[in-house]
Amino acid sequence: MSYVYLYALLGVGLFVLGLNALIVHAHLMRKILAVNVMSTGVFLVLVALSSRNEGILPDPVPHAMVITGIVVSVSATALALILMLKLNRATGKNELPDRSRD
Amino acid sequence: MEALTILNWALDGLLGVSLFSLAWLALASPDIFKAIVLFISFGLLMALAWVRLNAPDIALAEAAIGAGLTGALLLAAFARLKDNSTSVSDGEEIKSHMHHDSNELPK
Amino acid sequence: MDRNRWLLPLLLMLFVGLGYAVLSIPEPVEGLPKMLVDNMELGGVSNPVTAVLLNFRGYDTLLEMGVLLVALLGVWSLGGMPDYHESSPGLVLDIMSRQLVPVLIIVAGYLLWVGADAPGGAFQAGALLGAAGVLLLLCGWRIGNKCSGLPLRILIVLGLGMFVMAGTGLLLIEGEFLQYPPPVASELILIIEAAATLSIGTTLAAMFLGSRPGEADK
Repeated sequence: MSYVYLYALLGVGLFVLGLNALIVHAHLMRKILAVNVMSTGVFLVLVALSSRNEGILPDPVPHAMVITGIVVSVSATALALILMLKLNRATGKNELPDRSRD
Repeated sequence: MEALTILNWALDGLLGVSLFSLAWLALASPDIFKAIVLFISFGLLMALAWVRLNAPDIALAEAAIGAGLTGALLLAAFARLKDNSTSVSDGEEIKSHMHHDSNELPK
Repeated sequence: MDRNRWLLPLLLMLFVGLGYAVLSIPEPVEGLPKMLVDNMELGGVSNPVTAVLLNFRGYDTLLEMGVLLVALLGVWSLGGMPDYHESSPGLVLDIMSRQLVPVLIIVAGYLLWVGADAPGGAFQAGALLGAAGVLLLLCGWRIGNKCSGLPLRILIVLGLGMFVMAGTGLLLIEGEFLQYPPPVASELILIIEAAATLSIGTTLAAMFLGSRPGEADK
């Protein structure tokens, strides 16, 4: 049952991809998307590692943790989006102010 | 049995490659609307990946939340972002807001 | 420009390091899953994920309901986002939503019920209820002034409240917080799950709306 390692590596890849986008892009909507991709990568690693033993059932504890995590991440996303809209309302920009660039 | 294993590997490989490239496209596309739509489709494919990993509970949650609710939230926020820019200033401003963000690397 | 040159190699190194770490985690000996299977008959439900979520690791779910509540409070306290432009939803969406929302509610109830011994449960059902709420909000439906005050807030804290009440009640009776006695475990889980489903659905729909309902009318 080694295909689960494929998914574990995919999870690591998604995490790094999201981290890259989080650093590179300035627009806050992209940063929110990037954080979501990163969290998906973490969930993928957790679930893939929980079901790698052949024969015995996949471990339900990480599954439960991931379900909890998905719901938490959607609520965090909602809060982040409202904060972004507030910033947009206050400054007219979709990015955080960057002092080093001024 | 052998053919089935190869088929499974092919399915997993295809799913993995498409997930990664969808995430890549979503995070790199210059248009934010396109990025959101690609992210929603990424969430839908993730549900398939959960099924492949013997986690149908997570697949259900992901299909309802990751693909449905997150997409609705993101698109609603995008629409309000557009509204905001129009009310703050004229059309030129939106254009610059919507497009200049794209792939600027910090210098 | 200087920062960029180092970013890609650093991320690649991170990928290789994390990948190596993930692949070299030793295979688990039969520990936790076996313990769980051995204790399943105490759990009151036969779906292991639901048993873990609501019984064995009930604390996680309790605190998670708290996180949802805090996130909603955060959204509300930032309040005052403008409502969507009142565009008429169009005939197709209007008719579709009228057909779809009852179906969504029934499916949510089914998922909640079936979660005891098949994939499903409070979170999935709550997410479906939330989706139904979002659909209604998109069609221009708004919660009436009569219900937007106390009833809405009661619905939102119902899940956390029921959890805490059950936990405290069991603390008084059994002496352990959230330690369900096996004979009534399945009933308790169903009650808590139903309350949690309603709360999750309402909270998610309220987050979609953004502003505190009823405030825009003032």
